[in-house]
Amino acid sequence: MKTFLIALCLLVSFTSLANETYQFDSPEQERLYREIANELRCPKCQNQSIADSDAPLSEDLRYLVYQKLKAGENKQQILQYMQERYGDFVLYDPPISPKNYVLWFMPLLVFIIIIIALIARVGRRELQPEDEAEE
Amino acid sequence: MIPELGHFFLILALVNAVILGTLPFYGAHTQHNGLMRLASKAAIGQFILLLASYICLTIAFVQDDFSVAYVANHSNTLLPLRYKVTAVWGSHEGSLLLWIMILAAWMAAVALFSKALTSVIRARVLATLGLISVGFVSFALFTSNPFERVLPFIPIDGADLNPLLQDFGMIVHPPMLYMGFVGFSVVFAFAIAGLLQGDLDQKWAKWARPWTTVAWIFLTVGIALGSWWAYYELGWGGWWFWDPVENASFMPWLAGTALLHSLAATEKRGAYKSWTVLLAILTFSLSLLGTFLVRSGVLTSVHAFATDPERGLFILTFLGLAVGGALALYAWQFDKLKSNNNYTLVSKEIAIVLNNVLLFSSLLVVLLGTLYPLLADYLWGQKVSIGPPFFDPYFSFFFAFILFLIPFGQQMNWKQDKLSKVLMPQLALLGLAIIISSLLLSWLASELLLWPVVGVSLSLWLTLACLAYVVKLSKNASSFLQGIKKIRRSYWGMLLAHTGLAVTTIGAIVTTFYSIEKDVRIEPQQTVAVGELDIYFEKFDNFTFENYISSQATLKVSEDGDHLVTLKPEKRRYRVSGQLMTEAAIHPGLFSDLYISLAQPLEQGAWAIKVYYKPFVRWVWLGALLMALGGLLAVSDKRYRQKKFTKVKGYRNES
Amino acid sequence: MKAKKIIIAVTPLLIFLVLVLVFKSSLSNDPRKLETKLVGQKVPSFKLGSVTNPEQVITNADLPKEIYLLNVWGTWCVSCYAEHPYLIEFSKTYPIKWVGMNYKDKPKDAIDYLQKYGDPFIYSIADISGQLGIDLGVYGAPETFIVDAQGYIRDRHVGVIDNRVWNKVIIPKLEAIGWENKR
Repeated sequence: MKTFLIALCLLVSFTSLANETYQFDSPEQERLYREIANELRCPKCQNQSIADSDAPLSEDLRYLVYQKLKAGENKQQILQYMQERYGDFVLYDPPISPKNYVLWFMPLLVFIIIIIALIARVGRRELQPEDEAEE
Repeated sequence: MIPELGHFFLILALVNAVILGTLPFYGAHTQHNGLMRLASKAAIGQFILLLASYICLTIAFVQDDFSVAYVANHSNTLLPLRYKVTAVWGSHEGSLLLWIMILAAWMAAVALFSKALTSVIRARVLATLGLISVGFVSFALFTSNPFERVLPFIPIDGADLNPLLQDFGMIVHPPMLYMGFVGFSVVFAFAIAGLLQGDLDQKWAKWARPWTTVAWIFLTVGIALGSWWAYYELGWGGWWFWDPVENASFMPWLAGTALLHSLAATEKRGAYKSWTVLLAILTFSLSLLGTFLVRSGVLTSVHAFATDPERGLFILTFLGLAVGGALALYAWQFDKLKSNNNYTLVSKEIAIVLNNVLLFSSLLVVLLGTLYPLLADYLWGQKVSIGPPFFDPYFSFFFAFILFLIPFGQQMNWKQDKLSKVLMPQLALLGLAIIISSLLLSWLASELLLWPVVGVSLSLWLTLACLAYVVKLSKNASSFLQGIKKIRRSYWGMLLAHTGLAVTTIGAIVTTFYSIEKDVRIEPQQTVAVGELDIYFEKFDNFTFENYISSQATLKVSEDGDHLVTLKPEKRRYRVSGQLMTEAAIHPGLFSDLYISLAQPLEQGAWAIKVYYKPFVRWVWLGALLMALGGLLAVSDKRYRQKKFTKVKGYRNES
Repeated sequence: MKAKKIIIAVTPLLIFLVLVLVFKSSLSNDPRKLETKLVGQKVPSFKLGSVTNPEQVITNADLPKEIYLLNVWGTWCVSCYAEHPYLIEFSKTYPIKWVGMNYKDKPKDAIDYLQKYGDPFIYSIADISGQLGIDLGVYGAPETFIVDAQGYIRDRHVGVIDNRVWNKVIIPKLEAIGWENKR
């Protein structure tokens, strides 16, 4: 009996894996599915999201995302589920945590500093009459 | 025999490059005319030697000489002739040879087309390029020799070229990209020559400008081609992935674009000399960095070459010497670079600074995002991924400012201008743009989203501002037509390139926000409704081609009962490697693409297919072409064609 | 004022040198080797069949109560064929138990494989749906987990274990958690 059950599970999972034309409860759910699939990196591949990758593992993970959405889980829960298993590597969106401050704030900081320096230096400058010969 | 000949030419090229990279420097230092003149001859010789070497490798491919390891690994007797010729740059060794050959072509071009340069500058520019050539030729010879034989066990047949590369886009994309990358080495060489001389005068900027523009044109086209190729070949409808290899080509483009603008300020006003020269060094460094990232295997990417730490170490050493040397020279000569600071807060100078700051900040976003996985691994041994959720919003943030700046910046006067004069008309145009784009977008989709409205409005505004500027420029003439005729080509170039930027932005934004993607199950002889379209699965056939077997679905697409198009997406199995490829079928249009690809076979002949609706996606590349065209117009401006630059008075009148 | 100028002049060079240093160190790293999040955690709970004995149901309670190795394999995995002879040899010559985790395979293929090439495992868990694989964060077979006597995962190796990896990587890691190499 148990073997039969296992075999049944197998069958179900295989057919559902092969057929990726998922039915969603709402357009909102479908949008969320694509959003999540695009933000998860396929751990096996070079550099592709699970949405873009043809790898069998990506197929499994897409199916998992689909199932979890159907079961009512939200994006945060699904991303966390993946992160607990595959590490930060699977998340294409690095969290804004102290470790990642350099990444998130450096370009902005550089930009602001240069702008302030610029205004400070040029702000009140008066135009000097130019000597024609000098140029 | 022929591969040995090719190898021999490569060795000769190394010797020649060493001569080119040393003696003219000495000649320039001691004012020895003979040694300086040597530079031009050696540069042209370098091109001939490397071209010969390159042709030898091509012959080896055409003749199916599988005793050459590189040929055996990347070709096959079944491969069509056109792909045998292009397979030469299908992988690391051969593409490196192409790279070196293109570098030599640029050197020869400098030797031939820079008669106006003083002999000292020309000798130093060519000698610097010679040193770069020494680095790359020895890289090829010592770590990546494409002519290596596999004796005595010669394979009967080759392992075939990667199917992804058996395609038109792949034929033209790498040479274009390399033309751009390598072109910036000329600008770098100009920077070194200028620094050695100690004085970066306006003449120097005038010489460096057309070379920068030409390299930039090639890079622009190369990137656009790569994006277009990825779109139709990779089968999931994306056109930009922020992949490290894409970023590696995009970063020099951002730096190069900044350089184009700052060079204008240096040429016309003698401003920002040290920043300009630093940008020239940076642009080339980023090209080298791209080479390092792609060929050393430190980052994972979809299209990385076969990787090897030894090669990585070689390029890194080269990168360290070339860029480190240049930056040390910069630090040494920093004191001598005196810039003209006579401008106020409202002036073209400041507009150009803002342009540079914004481009540099967005460059930092791309650079950090690309290198952060390396940094994180180095700092705390953690593997992280940086993807579109980081790049998209952050990059767009700076980019929006750039779009906002251009309408004002492009018509600002040098030194001092009045903002009040342009503010009201521009804001009126902006208002008009917002109204038009809101109407357009609400017609395109039921939902009006904030970001598309912002992006499209800014782009439309920029386009309107370019038009308004044309009108303004032609005002003083007797008739409108006369006025149009009087506008210089360099102005047309600028306006066209800026319009191109607007076009690309519209394409990028609309396709990002309004694309529709559907996964559909379809059976033979069945009709499935997808949105407003009906797709009828007519038949499924197998065809045999030279080196692959194609399985093709014939899908008839109709809209409201009218036949629209027949699309034939395929799956290909390449015979030698056994690799499976998805070939999407696209119904292209100026305003939208219909894109269908086969996902996977289901039971009883049914298929899962992916149907994409991609509005305005063509605009992304169209805009890039406009930018490149703008560059061409600017370069063809007659002031660059003067044989000898007239003395100071002559060129000042032009600005 | 003078000092400020020198700083501005030298800054680009310094930033560049730091970057070169980072690149240098990253050359020796393999960007595709992922660290596992499961170090220090228990083997995820599961209830699956055995490959060789379809009647048997295996759960966490059946796992060895000593240091052992959990090897993820599959007949579809090309590298596993290369690794298999080593596993046979190590299982015979070293006093350590190997538990197999047959990942996403057809049961019949798996049985044929073990009959043909030998069976180094005390048993193989049949993870047909791949759920245990996902819970373990498996991304490429073969993968080998080092598990201690309390059932905590202590390390993971991705890729083929040959003589070199066994002696240089696996044995030192096993010894570090108290395994005695009584060959």
